[in-house]
Amino acid sequence: MTTVLRYKFELGCVLVLVLAFVLTQIGVNNFFFFAGFAVVQFVMIATAWNILGGYGGYINFGTAGFLGVGSYTAIALIQWSDVSIVPQIIIGALMAGLLGLFIGYFTLRLRGVYFAIATLALAIVLETFVNNWDFVGGAAGISILPPRNPELLGVMIVDRKGAGIFDNNTEFLFFLISAMAIFSVWIARTIERGKLGRGLNAIKDNEEAAECMGVPTLRLKLVATTVSGSLMGAAGAIFPNYLTFVDPLTAFNLEFAINALAMPMIGGTFTWIGPVIGALLLGTVQQIAIVTISSELNLLILGVVLVIFVVAAPHGIVGWFMKKN
Amino acid sequence: MIILELFINALISGILLGGFFVALAIGLSICFGLLDTVNIAHPTFVVAGAFCAFFLNSTFGIDPILAGVIMTPFFFALGWLIYSAYYQFFERTSAQALRGLAFFFGLLFITEVVLIMVSGVDHRLVNAAYIGKSFRGAVAGIEFSVPYRLLSAFVVAGIMTLGLQAFLDRSFFGRATRAVHQDMMALSLMGVDPVTVKRIAFGIGLGTCGIAGALMIIVIPIEPAVGRVFIGNVFAIVVLGGLGSISGTLIAAMILGIAESLVSTFFGPSWAPAVSFSILLGVLAFRPSGLLGVGDTR
Repeated sequence: MTTVLRYKFELGCVLVLVLAFVLTQIGVNNFFFFAGFAVVQFVMIATAWNILGGYGGYINFGTAGFLGVGSYTAIALIQWSDVSIVPQIIIGALMAGLLGLFIGYFTLRLRGVYFAIATLALAIVLETFVNNWDFVGGAAGISILPPRNPELLGVMIVDRKGAGIFDNNTEFLFFLISAMAIFSVWIARTIERGKLGRGLNAIKDNEEAAECMGVPTLRLKLVATTVSGSLMGAAGAIFPNYLTFVDPLTAFNLEFAINALAMPMIGGTFTWIGPVIGALLLGTVQQIAIVTISSELNLLILGVVLVIFVVAAPHGIVGWFMKKN
Repeated sequence: MIILELFINALISGILLGGFFVALAIGLSICFGLLDTVNIAHPTFVVAGAFCAFFLNSTFGIDPILAGVIMTPFFFALGWLIYSAYYQFFERTSAQALRGLAFFFGLLFITEVVLIMVSGVDHRLVNAAYIGKSFRGAVAGIEFSVPYRLLSAFVVAGIMTLGLQAFLDRSFFGRATRAVHQDMMALSLMGVDPVTVKRIAFGIGLGTCGIAGALMIIVIPIEPAVGRVFIGNVFAIVVLGGLGSISGTLIAAMILGIAESLVSTFFGPSWAPAVSFSILLGVLAFRPSGLLGVGDTR
């Protein structure tokens, strides 16, 4: 019994994953998976952002850049030789992780604002690069046809006639992103409870003091940037299959940056549940608002809510339920 | 010979472009360099200024540069308000830098969306006598052309920057701003309220957005999201020039202008945005204090 209690978080993860799988099997309207994908993807992105931004206090404006690297790695792999989706995600994550390491190595030794500025500029420069790269479609964008009957380890995954596990691609992608998001949350929680999380927290409170106490600040920051970047890259790598048409304007959209920042800030940055709550809440509201109101007004609301929370409720929604210390 | 001609022309337009960049970056140089306020929304406020110039020009037929001068007091007031809020919520309580950054990012986003809602995503232009024509000349067989719109931007930006520099160098207020940069406590012991000094200085920094916006719409067609492209430029300029140094900003803007112009001439204009980022990364990696900077970068 005690071992069960010890792993209750992991059990919860498995339970949620099973729930996601069951949902895909009972024939819910396909739109919900399409909208749900966007929400769950934001859970993953917000969680990834929070590993560096929330625990370490280093703000990353370049979410779109990391996602874009993931997306365009996947596209390049598809263009090159029809690589299937799992290697796409793994290699996309690797590339984005390397990018995080590279940017971090150059800027994390300086004050935090320089990292923020560099990441903000990064998204724009990567967009420039992709605009000039015709192999992946250039500025005009590219259409990706998802494989008709994808197989994994000899098992047919998607088949319209019912021979595969899922009836269509959207259901499969929804399940896949759910699994990835749950994995990200598990990583974030493990980091938070471990040595890395405590070190990052010390850096956030007072970097000089942390360094004097023997915390290897640069190394911890680099690990956090790499992990955070590669999770974002993985979330981006699945994107071309979902959208089926990608152009640089979509892949490097600043909306990702503001969402990745606003969701943890509104949910609460100091614990793993904060970004999850923020992403589920804001993501769902946005999906509803895009259908019912207008897409622009929805972004305006997002910006205003972010500013209000930053000014008035620095600990986010989770902070309301915590005891004041 | 044709290469030389291209090079000379690229150099001329680079210097002129550098003048335009000075106008963009000078306000940020004050806000970020002297006051340590990381106003990442600065380029977007410049775009807001450009849209104001567009509306004044298309509705009342006011010359864009005059429109920029008219808007300056409004931007000054806006800057005063923003800094007051920033001080009240973040600096006074010594909140983490993260929250201040998120605040400005939110402002950037709100400004951009409001601009989209007001005017749509079309590109906008202004009309003035000096837009669209060029001065052509030839020296020793090498032909060159100087577009009047870049030249006017260069002249106006030059007057604004040199004026601001003289003001910050000579006047009591300028010395007070430098003092705030060095030691806030000492300044308050001398009987000057550092917060008022900072409010005014931030107001001046944002006040430049009026004229910079007017110059922007003279130089390029604008749309609400164009500010993002310039974030890399302005921060590259301020960091390369060195925090807190107006002359450094001037030199850095010239360097960036020439570099961008040469790259777009010889490699194609679509590569130009990569220049500022490479410079920014290079400076951060090898000389974080910039060309003329004295500040602490850690």
